[in-house]
Amino acid sequence: MLRAASRFLHGRNAFYVSLLLLPPLLWLGTVYLGSLFTLLAQSFYAIDEFTARVVPELTLKTYRQLFTQPANVDIVVRTLLMAIAVTLACGVIAFPVANYMARYAGPKMKAFFYVGVMLPMWTSYLVKVYAWRLILAKDGIASWFVGTLGLTPVLDQALSLPVVGGPSLASSYLGMFVVFVYMWLPFMILPLAAALERVPASLLQASADLGARPGQTFRTVVLPLALPGLAAGSIFTFSLTLGDYIIPSIVGAPGYFIGMMVYQQQGTAGNLPLAAAFSVVPIVLIALYLTLARRLGAFDAL
Amino acid sequence: MTAAIELHETSRAFGSIVALDRVSLSIAPGEFFALLGPSGSGKTTCLRLIAGFDHPDQGRILLDGEDVTDVPPYERNVNTVFQDYALFPHMDVAENVAYGLRVRGVAGPERRKRAVEMLDLVRLADFADRRPNQLSGGQKQRVALARALINQPKVLLLDEPLGALDLKLREEMQAELKGLQQRLGITFVFVTHDQGEALSMADRVAVFSRGRIEQLDTPRGLYARPRTAFVASFVGSANVVTGALAERLTGNRAPFAIRPELIGIGQAGGAVPAGMLGTEGTLEDVLYHGASSRCHVRIDDANVLAVARAESAAATPLPPQGTRVQLTWRAGDAIALEAD
Repeated sequence: MLRAASRFLHGRNAFYVSLLLLPPLLWLGTVYLGSLFTLLAQSFYAIDEFTARVVPELTLKTYRQLFTQPANVDIVVRTLLMAIAVTLACGVIAFPVANYMARYAGPKMKAFFYVGVMLPMWTSYLVKVYAWRLILAKDGIASWFVGTLGLTPVLDQALSLPVVGGPSLASSYLGMFVVFVYMWLPFMILPLAAALERVPASLLQASADLGARPGQTFRTVVLPLALPGLAAGSIFTFSLTLGDYIIPSIVGAPGYFIGMMVYQQQGTAGNLPLAAAFSVVPIVLIALYLTLARRLGAFDAL
Repeated sequence: MTAAIELHETSRAFGSIVALDRVSLSIAPGEFFALLGPSGSGKTTCLRLIAGFDHPDQGRILLDGEDVTDVPPYERNVNTVFQDYALFPHMDVAENVAYGLRVRGVAGPERRKRAVEMLDLVRLADFADRRPNQLSGGQKQRVALARALINQPKVLLLDEPLGALDLKLREEMQAELKGLQQRLGITFVFVTHDQGEALSMADRVAVFSRGRIEQLDTPRGLYARPRTAFVASFVGSANVVTGALAERLTGNRAPFAIRPELIGIGQAGGAVPAGMLGTEGTLEDVLYHGASSRCHVRIDDANVLAVARAESAAATPLPPQGTRVQLTWRAGDAIALEAD
């Protein structure tokens, strides 16, 4: 029976491939893209002002509401700025770590680093966020540690800054930023380390051999070849920050983020079109980001 | 005249493995010099030390009379052609070749002009806009060569430059490299494990074994007068005769080597002519190589001698396999070896 099936499939490559692709394509087509388009369609639906029912009647009113009400624009801008800041910070912190893992660590050290980077992901996300709230609290470990280093004035200075500051780290955008960076750092380190590992050591030697100082080698060889990894990692950090609603609701200042707005509008407020419109924002932003990354040649080395 | 490259008592160990053991070496300007040896013999370590990718544990390295032991690679007037070519995949051919000028701050148009000139030299000017992954192995090799030569180095280092090429291309490139070196007049130092390559291209060859230079000589000198059994069998092929058999043939136990092509093969039972050495054995097998055949003759349990017989000399047919044959060679053709 099996043998007959094998014999039938042998040589019928197109049929074999379509057999393999059918289940994932069905999944992607109906469950994933299907619901995405339904969501997109929802954002164009109208809502009855009195009954709060969604009426399948196409309108741009929701988007007008999204882009004209200052409160909504604030939410989009706030989320976008946070995502950009978190992505930049993750890139800067992850690069030396990933470079060490890919180029300098011995086999044991490398295994240690990979486990170390992934270990936090074995813990519940909620537990980590609550733990961070305690760490960053007014008299928490973080402020104690800063105090031991004698840097309390610096922390106070930072917390007294407008917008990003606040009464304590746990209730400021600064603290929220720290938690975001901590949470998404592994998603930046891993693709970056994979990309750096693919750069043969001989390329760096060739660069030095031809007269490039280490800084020049970094700019002209390492960075361009690591760009696909940086792009992959930043897609993670950027989109995860854009969509997250748990971190902003547990740590940080009370300002709303896109994720929280989606959660609230489709839940308590019952305004499904507005929730849908809000969730289209990250999709558009990421599409723009990818286009920009491609323009800048991030995928040329692929 | 100041040597282009000098190594003084240079050592390098990796953990407990001694890759290079107090090696001293002096290479003259304009010389085509080969570092020959099996893998792990220290030849590549030696090249990496000259390029500056590695630092010796002991000893000094001089380039053009100047001590560069502590000078980083980007400040040495030496360029390298890498074994895997190490072309930058995100740059086109012209950008690759111009890289050495770019990091020295030469302006774009000037860079491009000189890169195309360099590509002309290696007959690849039409490929300036290609990406390295669109090139064949031989083309990559020539781009790597052009890239290494654009800074006009005093010394060009080549790490197994022809290792990844197929046989025919390898022979072409050998002639091309040799011609290029003669035209440019710069010092070429190349690492190879292929003795044929070393013999055909180099002016002098350093044979490496276990981290030391076993012998340093011209190709002819190496082939005609190998000093040790290792050199005799690594450079060309040789029958190394030691111990009891040596004693029986020559009257003393000193080891000697005899090249297979210098041994004559004939009917068993004849007398060994005066001035010749000879012995009898059983013809075990014959391998046909086109221009010549290679016979293996078992003398006793411990010794098999190889005999190369030119096919053009096949006037007298070989006796059938398994029969007794007589091997003879001129006493003067046997090369006395130093004991290891």
